[in-house]
Amino acid sequence: MIASLSLILLCQLIGEAFVRGLGLPMPGPVIGLLVLLLLLLARDRFPSLARGPLQGDGVEGASRGLLAVLSLLFVPAGVGVVQKLHLLAEHGVALLLILAASVVVTLLATVGTFLLASRLMTRKGAP
Amino acid sequence: MSEAPFSLWVYLSQSPLLWLTVTLLVYAAADAVSLATHRHPLANPVLHSLWIIGAFLLVTRTSYTTYFEGAQFVHFLLGPATVALAVPLYENRKLVVASILPMLIALVVGSATAIVSVVWLAEAAGLPHGVVLSLAPKSVTAGVAMGIAEQLGADPSLTAVSVVLTGIMGAIVVTPLMNRAGITDFRARGFAAGIAAHGIGTARAFQVDAVAGVFSGIAMSLNALVTSFLVPLAVTFLIR
Repeated sequence: MIASLSLILLCQLIGEAFVRGLGLPMPGPVIGLLVLLLLLLARDRFPSLARGPLQGDGVEGASRGLLAVLSLLFVPAGVGVVQKLHLLAEHGVALLLILAASVVVTLLATVGTFLLASRLMTRKGAP
Repeated sequence: MSEAPFSLWVYLSQSPLLWLTVTLLVYAAADAVSLATHRHPLANPVLHSLWIIGAFLLVTRTSYTTYFEGAQFVHFLLGPATVALAVPLYENRKLVVASILPMLIALVVGSATAIVSVVWLAEAAGLPHGVVLSLAPKSVTAGVAMGIAEQLGADPSLTAVSVVLTGIMGAIVVTPLMNRAGITDFRARGFAAGIAAHGIGTARAFQVDAVAGVFSGIAMSLNALVTSFLVPLAVTFLIR
């Protein structure tokens, strides 16, 4: 468990160092995700890597544990709404309507594009 | 006599222990209710945790800074949780590789829609310039969105709030919306949830379907990359 968590933190650390070091405009944990993914893929290719947290269900189990509580992790940032009550009192209705409209439009545009592209692909792929 | 409980409260309310415990307890209760209602969209555990904790802070006149000293231990885990998305991605790699092209096209369209729609609507509603800027990155995960807001000279704390509100709304609306639209492809449904509503949408997607959760997680990570590039561009072209 400790080794698995350390591996996850280590991947994030590599990601942060990479992003800060090169001055890239992207979040460090996303690079950390890529590092962990590459490690898991490399383990399939080279069985000698399957030790410590990369063995059994080590890092996989720890990751599933974290993802199971993903929505909890947004609570502290969200409670920050108490600092913005004056703004909500002033523009609250407009703000909520705008965010709601934008989220619905985004959901429909994304799902529509995904389905359209995947249908076009299967049609092309079929003989 | 009445001094003792008061000084105990003063001591506890300044310690991280109390606020960490409150955060976990309230969420555990909200999550239990969500489970008892078979994950009804309106029983969203984040939504109900927010107003309960927020009301508690207002009633006890506790500052957000004091609260965050305890809650930061939870907040910190957002980073490791992003790294952990590598695991469902790895486990479903065949499915992901097979749908790589629709994913990339939907990513660009969805990411651009999220930014352009909110900037246009906010400008049309005549919101102040600073507010419009702070809303622009609202569809990416909190840490990334706050970084973008900082670069733009916007208000990162307002961005964080709009990010969480967007996530909650997306998580509530996605299941009924997709069901009504008759969409049964859980790859597409999950992907849309991740683009529009980042981690809160992804948490919701994992509740509904494992494949939807994986695609939502991928969408959220990719969107973090794309939005970091698109928001500065959109701001230059859309905001006068």
